[in-house]
Amino acid sequence: MKKTRILLSVVLAAFLVMTIGVPAYGAKTIKIGVIGPMNFMQGKGHWNGAVMAAEEINAQGGIQVGSKKMKIELIKADSNEFLSITDATNAMERAITYDKVDFLVGGFRTEAVLAMQDIAMDYKKIFIGCGAAHPTLCIRVARDYKRYKYFFRGTPFNSMFLVKTCFAHLGFVGKELKTQLNIPKLKVAIVGEKQVWVEPMIGVAKTTIPKLGMELVGVWRPSQTATDVTAELSAVQRSGAHIVFTIFSSSVGITFARQAGELKVPAVMVGINVEAQKDGFWKATQGMGNYAMTMNTYARGVEVNELTKPFIEKYIKLFGEVPTYTADTYSAIAITLKKAIEKAGTLDADKLIPVMETMEVMVPSGRVKYIKDAKGRKLHDLAWGPGYLTSLGVQWQDGELKAVWPNGWQGVTYKGVVPYKIAPWIVEKYKK
Amino acid sequence: MILDIIVSTLINGSVYALLAIGFSLIFGVARIVNIAHTAFYMIAAYCIYFATHRIGLHPLWGMLAAVVLVTLIGLISYKFFIDPIREHEAAVLIATIALAMIFQEVMLLIFSGDFLSVPSLVKGYVLVLGVKVSYQQLLTIAGALIILAAVWMLLMKTRLGLAVRSTADDREVANLMGMNVARVAMMTMGISVALAAFTGAVVVPLTILNPHMWMHPLIMMMAVVVLGGLGSIKGSFAGAYILGFSEALVVFLIPMGSFLKGSVALSIMILVLLIRPEGLFGVAFEEER
Repeated sequence: MKKTRILLSVVLAAFLVMTIGVPAYGAKTIKIGVIGPMNFMQGKGHWNGAVMAAEEINAQGGIQVGSKKMKIELIKADSNEFLSITDATNAMERAITYDKVDFLVGGFRTEAVLAMQDIAMDYKKIFIGCGAAHPTLCIRVARDYKRYKYFFRGTPFNSMFLVKTCFAHLGFVGKELKTQLNIPKLKVAIVGEKQVWVEPMIGVAKTTIPKLGMELVGVWRPSQTATDVTAELSAVQRSGAHIVFTIFSSSVGITFARQAGELKVPAVMVGINVEAQKDGFWKATQGMGNYAMTMNTYARGVEVNELTKPFIEKYIKLFGEVPTYTADTYSAIAITLKKAIEKAGTLDADKLIPVMETMEVMVPSGRVKYIKDAKGRKLHDLAWGPGYLTSLGVQWQDGELKAVWPNGWQGVTYKGVVPYKIAPWIVEKYKK
Repeated sequence: MILDIIVSTLINGSVYALLAIGFSLIFGVARIVNIAHTAFYMIAAYCIYFATHRIGLHPLWGMLAAVVLVTLIGLISYKFFIDPIREHEAAVLIATIALAMIFQEVMLLIFSGDFLSVPSLVKGYVLVLGVKVSYQQLLTIAGALIILAAVWMLLMKTRLGLAVRSTADDREVANLMGMNVARVAMMTMGISVALAAFTGAVVVPLTILNPHMWMHPLIMMMAVVVLGGLGSIKGSFAGAYILGFSEALVVFLIPMGSFLKGSVALSIMILVLLIRPEGLFGVAFEEER
């Protein structure tokens, strides 16, 4: 009896090892782990972009790896990173050790991506970050190249450049207000959610706004999940602000735009409002978010280059919405990885890295080039500015998200960019 | 600014009062610490969203349907998850936490984590002494006050209300007097959950829906109940407006620190408890015999 039990235990253990531990003998596919918060818009973008890339590549027979063509197999990894960083690291660990992925794309929240990055580096897997903007992710590459060389930034460009872009937008809107409404001295109110990433931006804004010839009239810091900001809006109105410089990544961006629209607050909104980048913003604000402006990567009808329009239209056809920037997993797979693998003729990460580092590729949002830091060290971070990635300034205009910037900024204007509009109640208040 | 503070106090205070009174009722009658109370409020909000955006009903019909549906869900939850373990307070606490988490995950699965909203019943705003107050805010205040008045009438002027109050005062004596305490507890659960659903209905046009929207009101509601005195309806009412007022003061007087409004309100609660541990209108419960 005892022997039978031991025998059964051994058989069971062997069965488990065979079924769980060894999932894919002799696989002929390139396995790409798509990691993101799959129950949220950001994760959906990650997955959709990757699906589009995989379908496109597989329809062409796969990626040419040396002498053979290999198809793409996507592995969905739900990081649940908004709620738990542990879930994110577990998802990363599982994708690498159980699903045996060859490459990884995705990630959104910096805190989670830093943790996930370490796991990917432990296993020497190329991880293209498509969501987090913090410079540290790439500074790690420069400081400890041997360990972190497997990480590349996919999207967006780092937050230092995001800040620069925001102030370019502020200057642009200020110029529009001066021109159209003849306001001699513009007043700016900063409203930024209470999150760590906002702190340095407010510090920079305090010194930059006066340099732009504008007056800073106050800073308001609601909670990122505030469901009522009428108090802040009343205070903004009392301050006489003409412009509200918004720094929102969470639901407060919807609340603020909706209540500002309902109360017809006489100040234009410009800056970062992540919720305003999404198609759902119009519905979420019940149309009250009209005229809100934010930085964004894509807008329907705007062509950064010849790849933009086909990408956006196909994405809309497949998923029924304009892609958010996390959908740049498409570019990471269908352009960056594909070209690197075909050029190197291998899936070996150490052989692919030098190829990726020197590559310059056109993607739907601009041109990707990996830059070095001031000391000449490899960063694997993205080049920003004319000729490379600039992003867009988009404005909600009667239910449609239109690009209004760059419109001549440093000589850059994209096809499809439209004029900036000022809300009628603001025109009415200030037009003399 | 004073008017701003009054409006803000009335809205937040009324919402907290509606939630806290419902929570207090079921605690007073059945000693159930229902952590899932604000999760019912969240479900009501999602039901209204579903009715308006997916079925195309007018929000008002959606609100009525949500109240009925959520009350039913509340009663079913009570019958199957709470009633069997009602005598074990710690078990009830854990079961209601689990229930809230289940509701959250279900909403996440059905509606995803996207932020959603419901249209206002009335659009536009009115200028009151130079301050812009939206019609929807006024309607929310009026709705909340009407419901509070109805609850007061129910408790003070009806036989059911008398039974609820008697059971809350002394369960054992109520039982000895021939009252069916279990049935009263069931009906109180219905009233309590209906109040949570009503709160969801009056707040939903002003708020943003997401599966975690039940957490912040839960903390504030419990703070209100503790501040007002466990089991005291009058205390819940007063505590709600005190905390609502303190939140409004912080937002209007410290613009850089408006995110601190919750912390300040909770600090006030702690201060009051240090001076008066049983809360403002504390009820001394009878010892279990």
